[in-house]
Amino acid sequence: MSDIVLSRPVPVTTEPQLARALLVGLAVLFAALFLFAPLATVFAEALAEGWQGAIAALSLPDAQAAIRMTLSIAAIAVPLNAVFGIAAAWAIAKFDFRGKAFLITLIDLPFSVSPVVAGLMLVLLFGANSSFGAWLMAHDIRIVFAFPGIVLATLFVTFPFVARELIPVMIEQGRTEEEAALTLGASGWRTFFTVTLPNIRWALLYGVLLCNARAMGEFGAVAVVSGKIRGETATMPTMIEMFFNEYLSVAAFTLAAVLAMLALLTLLLKSLLEWRHADLLAATRRH
Amino acid sequence: MFRPIEIDTSRCAQGAFRRRSGDGPTERDAGPAQVASLQAEPRTSRLTGILRAAAIGLAVGGPLPAAAQETVEILNVSYDPTREFYRAYNELFSAWWIAQGHAPVTLRQSHGGAGAQARAVIDGLEATVVTLALSADIDQIAERTGRIPADWQSRLPHNSSPYTSTIVFLVREGNPRGIKDWDDLVADGVQVITPNPKTSGGARWNFLAAWAYAERNGLDPRDFVGALYRNVPVLDTGARGSTTTFTQRGIGDVLLAWENEAFLALESLGDDAFDIVVPSVSILAEPPVTLVDGNIASDAQREVAEAYLDHLYSPEAQALALHHYYRAWDPSLAAPEDVARLPDLDLVTIADFGGWPVVQPKYFGEGGIFDQIYED
Repeated sequence: MSDIVLSRPVPVTTEPQLARALLVGLAVLFAALFLFAPLATVFAEALAEGWQGAIAALSLPDAQAAIRMTLSIAAIAVPLNAVFGIAAAWAIAKFDFRGKAFLITLIDLPFSVSPVVAGLMLVLLFGANSSFGAWLMAHDIRIVFAFPGIVLATLFVTFPFVARELIPVMIEQGRTEEEAALTLGASGWRTFFTVTLPNIRWALLYGVLLCNARAMGEFGAVAVVSGKIRGETATMPTMIEMFFNEYLSVAAFTLAAVLAMLALLTLLLKSLLEWRHADLLAATRRH
Repeated sequence: MFRPIEIDTSRCAQGAFRRRSGDGPTERDAGPAQVASLQAEPRTSRLTGILRAAAIGLAVGGPLPAAAQETVEILNVSYDPTREFYRAYNELFSAWWIAQGHAPVTLRQSHGGAGAQARAVIDGLEATVVTLALSADIDQIAERTGRIPADWQSRLPHNSSPYTSTIVFLVREGNPRGIKDWDDLVADGVQVITPNPKTSGGARWNFLAAWAYAERNGLDPRDFVGALYRNVPVLDTGARGSTTTFTQRGIGDVLLAWENEAFLALESLGDDAFDIVVPSVSILAEPPVTLVDGNIASDAQREVAEAYLDHLYSPEAQALALHHYYRAWDPSLAAPEDVARLPDLDLVTIADFGGWPVVQPKYFGEGGIFDQIYED
């Protein structure tokens, strides 16, 4: 091995320096214009009346209720969808059965259905005009225009994220390792926890983070089923719209900034984990 | 839930730590020299205390169904431009209600385009009272759910409308397009902003006011209103959406707005950006209020809800409505300038059109005049 002499690194791309600089510059410019500038505007608007204004906005009971609401929804929807997603991906990647293609299409359904339609479906199903909805109302069970409806809408919209991340990884890995574990006498659960789960954890983490970001940010479906009751069924995105419509732009943008920071925090968490486990990451193939 | 245990070797010499399995508490044999190290104990318990308090706080304050709270709750489902008025009125009513010797009540608000809000109530949004933009929307709820009696509009004075308003124009500062009356809106190249009459109550008043102008001036109303809607680039679902389209997004030359909405835009966004233009003819818009009888859960709730609506007619609430640029009936407690700033103008009423039961299907129903005009 010692006879390999590493000379100056040879550039693998053959494009001239200028073209590369131009491309990189273009990408940076695009990111600055379409990602950074709007985000900066949100923060600037939030701080238009200084820190006091932003703090006063966040101490509004409606804003706090909206933050609590959004966090509660994410706390319920994300773990549920992680479990559903693992189960679906496991079934699709490790087993052969009839109707598999149909199941994959079904998982993608929430991606192709507009969120507004998803919300309206819930209203039609559980609303007072359906027989099921009328039965629920008669028994004093409130689904739409209440917390359960918002959770259902969020679950529906964020369903594919975890499964979609896991399926390609699990298919790529095949089932030989699981089969080896089983022939060595491991139980099904043991195989899952010691073989499957470690193999998919990065894909799972990525899926969960995407799912979480969408669960907190979902507007369309939630707006339809929320009934827009301030302080009760308003989530952060719907409350932002309400504040904005009420000329309370500092409150609207402060809440928007908090939502953006929650999203940035999840991204930061992901980067941090990737950085700390870089060597492990290199060992497992994706993400 | 594993609690890390730090073992200080100097203390180990004096007393043995013993650890139970799982997250059980640590136990130690307190030797005589052990007393000082016991101070570590309250710190952990304080931490768990804080965590427990936070958990309880989350459970109590969270949106999960609160267990057996006795406070009466009123949900007022309202239309778009009343946000500021009802925020103020809810404070006024709360204070008055408590001053009458009653227990505090929780007043909740929901706002949106009047048609969309009525639709939500029909689909099961449990409104205690509805305060919508026009009686046709409440008629819809009454007709489709039976939760409101058909004769609801005679239950409160003035057709159950504690305040009224009208339709005016909001134009950009200095009125660069020289818009003075309805006929200026059909000129070539003038962009008019108004919401969708299918979902917005205000938009239906806009439509009828334009219609009334055409009739008064010997024009063919159908052609006139058709020409007007050809100048509309965006139809928002509610009045507030149109206002933000016009004021924040900068689209259009003139906004057809509720008078209170136009004044509010001036107040909130500065009167150096927009001017109000009062047309020669407009319409007396009567936004009615009523109790949703079928959604009342208890006698206590009914009592509060009825008082909530009755109190809208009190001189204090009427003054508040005038302060929020509504044309209220009783100016006795209102500030004179709040009354004086509302201009006198020629107002037609919905009765001139035959009332909402006639107007709603004829003009705004499926295949009605609006649909015919808009398809052209």
